[in-house]
Amino acid sequence: MTVTTPPAMELIEGDLRGSRTTSIWRDTLGNLLRQRNAVIGGAILAFFVVVAVFADVIASYDPNAILISSERGAKKLAAPCIHALGCAAAQPEHYFGIDGNVRDVFSRVVHGTRVSLRIGFLTVGFAIVIGGLIGALAGYAGGKIDNFLMRIMDVLLAFPSLLLAIAIVTVLGSGLLNAQLAIGVVAIPVYARIMRGSVLSIRERDFVTASRALGESSYGLLGRRIIPNALTPLIVQGTLGIAAAVLDVAALSFLGLGAQPPQAEWGSMIGLARNTIFAAPHLVIFPGVALALTVLAFNLLGDGLRDALDPRLNR
Amino acid sequence: MTRFIIRRLILSIPVLIGIVFLVFALARIIPGDPCVAALGERANAATCARYSAEHGLDKAIIPGVFRVDGRLEIRLTEAPATLVDNQFVIYIQDIAAGEFGVSSKFGLPVTDLLIQRLPTTVELTLYALTFAIIAGVSLGIISAYRRNSIADVFTMLIANIGVSTPVFVLGLVLAYVFAVTFKDTPFALPPSGRLTAGVSVTPLAEAWGLEGLGGPFRAILDFLSNIYTFNALVTLNFSLLADTVRHMLLPALALGTIPLAIIARMTRSSLLDELGLDYIRTARAKGLRDRSVVMRHGFRNAMLPIVTVIGLQLGGLFGGAVLTETIFNLAGVGRAVTEAIGARDYAVIQGFTLVIAVGFVIVNLLVDLSYAYLDPRVRLG
Repeated sequence: MTVTTPPAMELIEGDLRGSRTTSIWRDTLGNLLRQRNAVIGGAILAFFVVVAVFADVIASYDPNAILISSERGAKKLAAPCIHALGCAAAQPEHYFGIDGNVRDVFSRVVHGTRVSLRIGFLTVGFAIVIGGLIGALAGYAGGKIDNFLMRIMDVLLAFPSLLLAIAIVTVLGSGLLNAQLAIGVVAIPVYARIMRGSVLSIRERDFVTASRALGESSYGLLGRRIIPNALTPLIVQGTLGIAAAVLDVAALSFLGLGAQPPQAEWGSMIGLARNTIFAAPHLVIFPGVALALTVLAFNLLGDGLRDALDPRLNR
Repeated sequence: MTRFIIRRLILSIPVLIGIVFLVFALARIIPGDPCVAALGERANAATCARYSAEHGLDKAIIPGVFRVDGRLEIRLTEAPATLVDNQFVIYIQDIAAGEFGVSSKFGLPVTDLLIQRLPTTVELTLYALTFAIIAGVSLGIISAYRRNSIADVFTMLIANIGVSTPVFVLGLVLAYVFAVTFKDTPFALPPSGRLTAGVSVTPLAEAWGLEGLGGPFRAILDFLSNIYTFNALVTLNFSLLADTVRHMLLPALALGTIPLAIIARMTRSSLLDELGLDYIRTARAKGLRDRSVVMRHGFRNAMLPIVTVIGLQLGGLFGGAVLTETIFNLAGVGRAVTEAIGARDYAVIQGFTLVIAVGFVIVNLLVDLSYAYLDPRVRLG
């Protein structure tokens, strides 16, 4: 009698990639939707995504248009004017007021949404990919390679992150892309450490030993078995990291090292309005609230994701 | 414990060496000519040659690598001749001797500049941290003790908003509210500077008749002297104390809000973990008062992660200090470094960044040691 058994590799594939894996993500999504904070964060984020996508439609003006010659009554640093709320009809309507260069603040805040969301995802994406690869290599190789890579990460972590980012952006030159790169580089050690820790625990698991015994190459083990299973903590940290990245890039722009005028970026808008805060607080408040809400959304979503993936933290 | 301390100290050595290398490299690869940055319109071939010779900038950066007209140039043939006579070797020798050179922008030795600027940042950071710890821990305890009450929901809402509000936005809004909205009321606070014009500070060396003192003791005395709160307390100068506190309140509130929110969240979560454990039930069953159960049993054991998170906040506080000093016009190290970067002032960039990074490593070391002291599992593991 012959007994047909599926090849061992298929069994492992089925176990790893089959219904179990899918159900973990379905469970996570279910848990996530039960987290009040995550739902609020997700809703705020969805709102900003819609604003970013339809910025051209929502914004009443070109964000860089100087209105001094095109609109009668447009005055430098004018306070918000909404006709429905009692603002004189003779005055032009500007929901968030007018800035020091006679531009519509509402349109600039709306367009700034695009910049901030892009900053968050690109910066953290870069840091996750590089940091994840360094961490995975360190954790998997162990020994001298691990020691060498992790000491470099320790050195980078020894600097206050904003200070190191300022130094890097000075080397690279001011600009939004360089500011993102600087914040990304500074964030790399965090992701490298998390990935290394995760890889260290996964590489000792039975399914990895089984794959190794069946002759899977080192690249295969790392790329197909270990990394996909070690990604969860990286994703959680990444969501929280987006909030930090948005804040830090805005801080660099505030100092004049990130986005350069006339680009509509919240940090840079607040930086330019710094000296007129006592005369026109609206120039700080509106981009400030938008920035804080975006950061809040990512923080709430990140917290929710962490709780959804770790039921012990769920309260 | 001794073994743990020695092991942790040894682990810090490669990090410190790495910091020394990175600080030197970062300062040297900043594009632009330091002479042009320092002399501005007065920069020409002759003045720049003299300036470079005076500041040792005409020497190789590392063997065989020179900076010519603001660009790096590799001359391999000159590598053997510059093996010892280069900027890196001089930099290492200076660090070993405790010298950080002379600032080209401020025209002062970097050590003197540190004695002037560092106390402002230390004072600001201590005010912010004290505010964050006292308010954060108290709010966290209330939140955990009254879990799911209105107080809990409100506290966590404030914590979430606090952690998401950028320092520079909060700083500017606070400056507006307390300087404009509350103008001419008892709540009005100064939105910039460290002292009101006319309030004088007596250096401690003068107050204690130690003007003849020199060397490192004098440096330490001057450093402490420039921490105005300390100065005011030891010289019993209460008008200085009141003025310093009034000037520090707004920057400390702005800088301390994010750490406050993080500490409050960590205190709540850590205390909730402890309050759910069996020994707490036993303590309650013994008939201990609620306050005693929460504070003497629960909170004591919940302190470990709180201590760690407080230590981790210090890096953020140093970074935030750059922004806070800019907004509130405080002459601290953060502002000095950003100004020095603009002026390509290598000596200040190197000296200040090195001191900040080493200070950060020491703080992290102390946090680790306190963690090991509080939890035997850490040092025995």
